[in-house]
Amino acid sequence: MKVSAVITLKKDVLDPQGKVIHETLDGMGFNSVNEVRQGKYFEIDVKENDPKKAKDLVEDMCKKLLANLVIENYKIIETQ
Amino acid sequence: MKSSVITFPGSNCDRDMDVALTKFGFKNKMVWHNDQELPKSDLIVLPGGFSYGDYLRCGSMASKSKIMHSVINFAKSGGLVMGICNGFQILVESGLVPGVLLRNKYLQFICKNVHVKVDNKENTFFKNLDKKILEFHIAHNEGNYFCTNDQLKEIEDNNQIAIYYCDQNGNTDDQINPNGSIKNIAGIFNKEKNVLGMMPHPERMIDESLSGEDGSIFFKNLINNIK
Repeated sequence: MKVSAVITLKKDVLDPQGKVIHETLDGMGFNSVNEVRQGKYFEIDVKENDPKKAKDLVEDMCKKLLANLVIENYKIIETQ
Repeated sequence: MKSSVITFPGSNCDRDMDVALTKFGFKNKMVWHNDQELPKSDLIVLPGGFSYGDYLRCGSMASKSKIMHSVINFAKSGGLVMGICNGFQILVESGLVPGVLLRNKYLQFICKNVHVKVDNKENTFFKNLDKKILEFHIAHNEGNYFCTNDQLKEIEDNNQIAIYYCDQNGNTDDQINPNGSIKNIAGIFNKEKNVLGMMPHPERMIDESLSGEDGSIFFKNLINNIK
């Protein structure tokens, strides 16, 4: 079963890359952007067919490795 | 005095550290990350470099390697552990020191000499050091120290800030902060002060013909403190 997780920086953490992307978009004429925050996306194929168990497994991975909870939040976005 | 330097895939300051430790009297051993046991040591060093190509987050993969179980146990039983640059990143990812190291504020790799102020000398690393300001070298892309407000309060209450970026007179103004670190923090201890993580490289300042000798002062003092 495939489980996807999105890791994003917490609200108060500076994201200089997001800022530069925002400025570049601005320079390209995309002037309607309020803010850009860059994150990470993981697609994990687990040997587990129960959606709840698969999700819990990936959540554990997020807590222990994929995200650093001092600065990042994680969200399991879909299972298929 | 015995020391061990851990080599991770992608470490590149491990041999410089070996040269520095040996020069000032340590009997040093190199230890591979996939080993499980540490040789008997008075000091463990996690060196600089780009372990695992900085994949995911700097230091995150290395912090889960086999040898780190032993390093964490060694640190928790009071053993001296020092992480330099990528070694500092591995220490924060392993939870041995608080906080994280973010990408430099201005998105540039920084490679230059800096001055650091030693704030706390009540620990084995800096005790009896006769200088308050040292000139070290930094070379990093992710050295922007960050922690939550609660962590910062705890760090300050416990005197865990080891060194600050400063100018040659010891001023810790915002303008001389090279990477955006909170409070100009360049190095930090664990609560018990037996684990030190810092971005600057003392091992690069151990010879007059290189860029300076303040690293020599640091290592000579360190081995005397351990003896």
